[in-house]
Amino acid sequence: MIWPIATLELAPLFSWLRGLLVDLGLSEVWVTSISYLALGAIIFGVLALLALFLVWWERKIAAHIQQRFGPMRHGWHGWYQTLMDALKLLQKEDVVIESRDKVVFFWAPVLCFMAAFLAYVVMPWGENLIVADLNIGILYIMAITTFTVISLVMAGWGSNNKYALLGGMRSAAQVVSYEIPMVVSVLTIIVFVGSLSMVDIVKAQSGLMFNWFIFKVPFGPIAFITYIIAATAEANRTPFDIPEAEQELVAGYNVEYSGMKFAMFFLAEFINLFTVSAVATTLFLGGWNGWEFIPSWGWFLIKTLGVVLLLMLFRWTYPRLRVDQLMEFAWKFLIPLTFANLILGGIIKYLGWHW
Amino acid sequence: MEGAVGMTEYLSVAFFIIAGTGIVLFTFFLARLIRPHNPYKEKSMPYECAEDPVGDSWIKFNNRFYIFALMFVIFDVEVVFLFPWAVAFGELGLFALVEMVIFILILFFGLFYAWKKGVLKWV
Repeated sequence: MIWPIATLELAPLFSWLRGLLVDLGLSEVWVTSISYLALGAIIFGVLALLALFLVWWERKIAAHIQQRFGPMRHGWHGWYQTLMDALKLLQKEDVVIESRDKVVFFWAPVLCFMAAFLAYVVMPWGENLIVADLNIGILYIMAITTFTVISLVMAGWGSNNKYALLGGMRSAAQVVSYEIPMVVSVLTIIVFVGSLSMVDIVKAQSGLMFNWFIFKVPFGPIAFITYIIAATAEANRTPFDIPEAEQELVAGYNVEYSGMKFAMFFLAEFINLFTVSAVATTLFLGGWNGWEFIPSWGWFLIKTLGVVLLLMLFRWTYPRLRVDQLMEFAWKFLIPLTFANLILGGIIKYLGWHW
Repeated sequence: MEGAVGMTEYLSVAFFIIAGTGIVLFTFFLARLIRPHNPYKEKSMPYECAEDPVGDSWIKFNNRFYIFALMFVIFDVEVVFLFPWAVAFGELGLFALVEMVIFILILFFGLFYAWKKGVLKWV
């Protein structure tokens, strides 16, 4: 049986690795397995670097908004501060409480990381730069990133701590409520594409700015805004960060975690931030499309980091919502709005009023 | 056999699950090698801002959360039906559009009923 790595052309490094494995005389099954595992490791490396950069970037932005400097000691403007933090977390004692639920407590950070990591199977980093172009791409991302909720509830429950339990429960209620507007905003775009594959979605908006779905489709801007709001809530970031509201819940679901287990939650949070921005880029901002002088993956990164910057500005300029405001905003405003937008999108698609 | 070829791509998900779990467990193992280990009774108590915790935290919980979870299940099932509709919409035309508007309206009737009953109010 042949297991093809279908759409991946991570040339030339990847073909070199594959050639090396074939030269070693391994069978096709082994070559494919090892290549995929190596690919997973490469993606992990890229994501870890991105997360280190994003943490540093966020701290600098927060500092400058609050008229501070932020990290300054390690290197130019503290550029390797977060690397040092990661090394420190690696050496920290793993303080665990006696009365925890051992199995649930241990697997929660692993599941949290996996839920964030698995979305990158279908992430189109650039032209022909995708691990596997699954034909249910966007549905797969929506499904797999929601596993984060389960891990947060697991963390809250397994800790046997009241703050953690409250944080976990709140995050479940919040993420569950904002899941619906997020998916329906995505569906508004899917109606115009007619395919769930990430590559098809990007190819449907090839060309320059006015071919991107945010401008191409009437009501595209509304779908983009509702998506961004729901995505902020999904990633548990500040206007919507009641699951870990520092001032009332200490740190929410991850109070009892320390050392590497805490680091996994932290890493997953920033990977999630990048994921929702990358999905926004793919769906609304044309993915890898752009002018010729920058390679496709460069455009993808620039646009995604732009969306990340937007979310960071939200975080440091808006105050936190109360629980009741948060839930009522989702159910009484966002859900009716997104569904109305979807119906209008359907009517416009039927009448053909788009270019 | 396009379907069969398509299925093999899903192996990448399986391999990513293996790779991801392996990497996380490896970092846990690496930390175990170099970190100190010195637990004592006070350290292994739940953290409640220096108060001694009273009782377990595994208690009965506000059932608001349960009601919202129920509402979510209804809407999530609706969204699952909307996905194939959105993909095939280009070929189906007016009939599918009207059908789906009726479907969404019925669900929204339920939402407004819950709204009027005060279910959506977070006390």
